[in-house]
Amino acid sequence: MHLKYESYVREALVDGKKDYHQVTEDICAPIENKPTKLWYLGFFISASLLMFGVFSVAWEVQYGTGVWNLNRTIGWGWDITNFVWWVGIGHAGTLISAILLLFRQGWRTGVNRAAEAMTIFAVMCAGQFPIWHMGRVWDAFFVLPYGNSRGPLWPNFVSPLLWDVFAISTYFTVSLLFWYAGLLPDFATIRDRAKTKFRKKAYGIASFGWAGSAKHWQRHEYLSLVLAGLSTPLVLSVHTIVSFDFATSVIPGWHTTIFPPYFVAGAVFSGFAMVQTLLIITRKVLKLEDYITIGHLEAMNKVILVTGSIVGVAYITELFIAYYSGVLWEQEAFRLRVMGPYWWAYWAMMTCNVVSPQFFWFKKLRRNIWFTFFMSIIVNIGMWFERFVIIMSLHRDYLPSSWSYYTPSWPEVGFYLGSFGLFFTCYFLFAKYFPVIAIAEIKFILKTSGDKYKEEMKPIDVQSEEEFIEQQAHHH
Amino acid sequence: MAIKKFATATYSDEAVLFDAVKKTRGAGYKIHDVFTPFAVHGLDEALGYKVSDLHVAGFIYGLTGTSTALGFMGWIFTTNWPQNFGGKPHFPLPAFIPITFELTVLFAAVGMVLTFCYLCQIMPGVKKHIFNPRQTDDKFVMTIEVNDSNAGAVEGFMKTTGAEHTDVQVAEEGWWYGWWGKKEQYEELNPTQTQELI
Repeated sequence: MHLKYESYVREALVDGKKDYHQVTEDICAPIENKPTKLWYLGFFISASLLMFGVFSVAWEVQYGTGVWNLNRTIGWGWDITNFVWWVGIGHAGTLISAILLLFRQGWRTGVNRAAEAMTIFAVMCAGQFPIWHMGRVWDAFFVLPYGNSRGPLWPNFVSPLLWDVFAISTYFTVSLLFWYAGLLPDFATIRDRAKTKFRKKAYGIASFGWAGSAKHWQRHEYLSLVLAGLSTPLVLSVHTIVSFDFATSVIPGWHTTIFPPYFVAGAVFSGFAMVQTLLIITRKVLKLEDYITIGHLEAMNKVILVTGSIVGVAYITELFIAYYSGVLWEQEAFRLRVMGPYWWAYWAMMTCNVVSPQFFWFKKLRRNIWFTFFMSIIVNIGMWFERFVIIMSLHRDYLPSSWSYYTPSWPEVGFYLGSFGLFFTCYFLFAKYFPVIAIAEIKFILKTSGDKYKEEMKPIDVQSEEEFIEQQAHHH
Repeated sequence: MAIKKFATATYSDEAVLFDAVKKTRGAGYKIHDVFTPFAVHGLDEALGYKVSDLHVAGFIYGLTGTSTALGFMGWIFTTNWPQNFGGKPHFPLPAFIPITFELTVLFAAVGMVLTFCYLCQIMPGVKKHIFNPRQTDDKFVMTIEVNDSNAGAVEGFMKTTGAEHTDVQVAEEGWWYGWWGKKEQYEELNPTQTQELI
């Protein structure tokens, strides 16, 4: 009889009447079996995209950033749009791992490993954009404060662009550490089951020699809790700092205090959508529907609904403040967004971000896999347009003779496609060689939330309190 | 690092494990360790372990990060090369907050993870003796250090605690640098362990 009781009315988090050994078998199966044809196909497509991206970036480094269509007055285009898009996507993973741990949400265990991997790969992709846009990328280390003989010359610590450097680096490092700390026991599981010498060696190194000692588990739990506590404000701060790239400027439509909460909500919104996209495919292909249940997908859809609504409220607030402030430039900036040359981007954004998540008020749609998948793509498209719309405020500034229009050149498009290639290549490798679900954490919640054990709770539910207490006391 | 003898008992259920731990400690035996495939809630209390001080270390590392960030940026902008950035004061605390916060978190996280690895004595290349290959899968293993004279008695006692399987193994106590999958010398002294060991 298990020591913790959870009502059987609550939906089970693990279906299929699993026990501990079955959990290990199910999650290790994709790693221990040969890669399928589908995996090879996906990996090949991703690697091809990546190769094209490498070519586009090499072209841009060789011939200079002039091969991009950035010019006065649109000094920022696809590069920063894609940067903010990828960073935003990355935030869901940390939210699922860290914030849901602090909120004691057991359902995070089915999705956190894959979501954190997604975070790390998304941040890697995001980091490509600030690096390669530098032009003289061989001087990229100039952004770091190191002693030099030129004064010494230091970077500008009060610039948001430098805050980004510290924020993204810290976010990547902390996410990687948090993810890897959780992976140690799972690597040990794979290591101890490994049949070939090479696998035993490889996973032996990866597991750092983890053996499962009780004292080590105690420290591990503590470490996870503190890292979660650190990661939560980190998530909030990183996208706030990214929003400062815009908010600390003086450009109408950018210089608003709503940007930090609006960007963070938008990041969570697009991040969860990407998690849905990845997990719906992963659970089907790797046969993990018992662990990533419809209940998990529904919970994530609820988050998408909430954050999508926050983003919608932010849009309406911006429009209202533009009107209410009476500032001519602000009003014109928003009039242009709605009715100017980029109206198509604005309406794509409004439809995808404000209108579409509202469908998730209906339980039937929240629990529908096809609709969720379709929506997750729509949301990500909408969030891309959001950043594009913000940045395209640059196309009309104070001097009419400078007004212009921007379309990306092929190296910019290639760079973006290459970032998808990088992301999916990493994800395919992850799905093949790493456990996509946190094995130890599923086992931790199995006896509370697994459907096999919930059935055993039914007789306890009908017991009287006295009987229950007596039974417990006797057992110990 | 020394070769020692251990009596091990394998359990399939946490509830049985808790009872066994209580009984074993009650009988006066010193439990060397308990190996579980996941963090079992309440086990560290049952074993009488003190609460870990890892968070204190984390806090100190975080403070180091804060002071490093504020001190370094402050020195640069006030003493080393003060400049006029849009009329901002030479020590613009609000503008320093983002980087200060990030360095605090970075130092705390990296420091804590390294401390964790140091305390648990784990790192790439470390190898330890695994008493039961299924202790990272679905079995719970309790070990007590024994010598030649009391090995039989201790193993006999462990059989009475509800263990699914008991044995006496010779093992390297701590950790060493080694390749997993390679048979170590001391393993010659143990009865053959199979993957299906229960």
